[in-house]
Amino acid sequence: MTREKIHTENMFLYYGSKLALNDISIQIPEKKVTAFIGPSGCGKSTFLRSLNRMNDLIDGVKIEGNIFIDDINIYDNNIDVVTLRKKVGMVFQKSNPFAKSIYENVAYGPRINGVKEKKQLDEIVETALRNAAIWEEVKDRLGDSAMGLSGGQQQRLCIARTLAVNPEIVLMDEPASALDPLSTSKIEELIVQLKEKYTIVIVTHNMQQAARISDLTAFFYLGELIEFDKTKKIFTNPDKKQTEDYITGRFG
Amino acid sequence: MIKSFKKNIKGILIEGLTLSSALLIIAIVVVMVTVIVIGGKDQISWEFLTSFPEDGMTKGGIFPAIYGTALLVIIMSVAAVPFGTITAIYLTEYAKENSVIAKTIRFAVRTLAVIPSIIYGLFGLGFFIKFVGTQMDNTFLGGQLKWGQPNILWASLTMALLTLPVVIVSVEEALKTVPKDLRAASLALGATKWQTIWKVVIPGSISGIMTGTILAVSRGAGEVAPILFTGVAYYVATLPSSLSDQFMVLGYHIYVMTTQSANVDKTMPIQFGTTLVLLALTFILNISAIVLRYRIRKKKTN
Repeated sequence: MTREKIHTENMFLYYGSKLALNDISIQIPEKKVTAFIGPSGCGKSTFLRSLNRMNDLIDGVKIEGNIFIDDINIYDNNIDVVTLRKKVGMVFQKSNPFAKSIYENVAYGPRINGVKEKKQLDEIVETALRNAAIWEEVKDRLGDSAMGLSGGQQQRLCIARTLAVNPEIVLMDEPASALDPLSTSKIEELIVQLKEKYTIVIVTHNMQQAARISDLTAFFYLGELIEFDKTKKIFTNPDKKQTEDYITGRFG
Repeated sequence: MIKSFKKNIKGILIEGLTLSSALLIIAIVVVMVTVIVIGGKDQISWEFLTSFPEDGMTKGGIFPAIYGTALLVIIMSVAAVPFGTITAIYLTEYAKENSVIAKTIRFAVRTLAVIPSIIYGLFGLGFFIKFVGTQMDNTFLGGQLKWGQPNILWASLTMALLTLPVVIVSVEEALKTVPKDLRAASLALGATKWQTIWKVVIPGSISGIMTGTILAVSRGAGEVAPILFTGVAYYVATLPSSLSDQFMVLGYHIYVMTTQSANVDKTMPIQFGTTLVLLALTFILNISAIVLRYRIRKKKTN
């Protein structure tokens, strides 16, 4: 077992007075792909967004308990959210490139971090685009608008944009749910490559996807973490009946 | 059979009535524009646009009024656009949607928008000239009269207040067209809220901010009442060279020529010419605002 990267202890999350996450305790290892599965509204995306504090943007969200990343409690009062989000990047369900050039999209993160030198930016942009497996497709048109790319390319560009900030963890919220099968398989290949350098946490609706790409799988249901284990075990011999019912398609 | 025939007649009558009132609107516009264009077109010449009035304003051009109008709207925009944009940014990016403060600001903006323009004029006279100006004279000039009287600065600031709601509302609308996803993307990359606003939200809504500016300018270019007591002059022999100078404006020039002129009939061509210039100016401004707004909508649907 590798080193643990993220762990939570008895974490609860409320939307106003509604309990959305109930007593979540989990240990997510470093440089592995961890998948969160479960029916819509089970809290898996909410939990994912707690890991880089994107829930802070939503009014009325209250969190109890602790979330540690590298043994630092990220909900401590003295935590700088901006620094946290540089360390914990996020790729969204719907690709959301800025209405800027391909180059400027990737350079955005480094620029706000104060990288000004053109040569250094060029290197960061190229590396990020290569790591996101999109360099070959865009290298001759870096100055073109990102809006002209296909959906799958846009999503890989968004991954490149996230990687350009040099995060340690990449959170992915159903990154391929809006894409065609070919683009999806490219994203999946990419995720498997990325775990060499990054800790990946991915929310997915697609159980085959979780089975294909993840090392560990967590099954959420009604705001609770029902079962968390090696992906192989979850999909072949789960301990809990609810997990088995879900993965065999009996509900959800 | 007969009944349905009656119903039919009634339907036709109602449709006819609504159609004719709609056509009446078109007729009014056509007549108005035609009269102004026919009356003014022969007057328009390079000379008319670039020279000073002559012979007690019965001859010559309207250059000081064009210059004054331009200067007025520029100073006004310099004041109203940043102020309005910053307010709109507060409302869309910082204030919680239904908070007391946001509601109060929106109420104030709506109130500003419905205050009759002459009241702005009186406010400008009382606040900028009598209060701020006089204080400035007493403090810095030992009571010598300089700022405590009408001038282009006070007139522009008064006009800026009048156009502020236009700016705020259009900028707010423009900021809202920037998808929440993009804000989230920027924040997730470790940008601060301000970096997100400055590098993603404002560039994404710049054409909307431009639209707001143009609409404000077009409103300001046509209004007369707010500047009546605060800086516009019947006639000045020189162009304003300092913020404490008085100035001439197209709208007020039309009023002066038609009511205060020694010989109204003789100045008729100048009145038409001036009206045509003012009308053309506001048309051009409004059309560019519409074009910009159309482009934003198109971008939004893409």
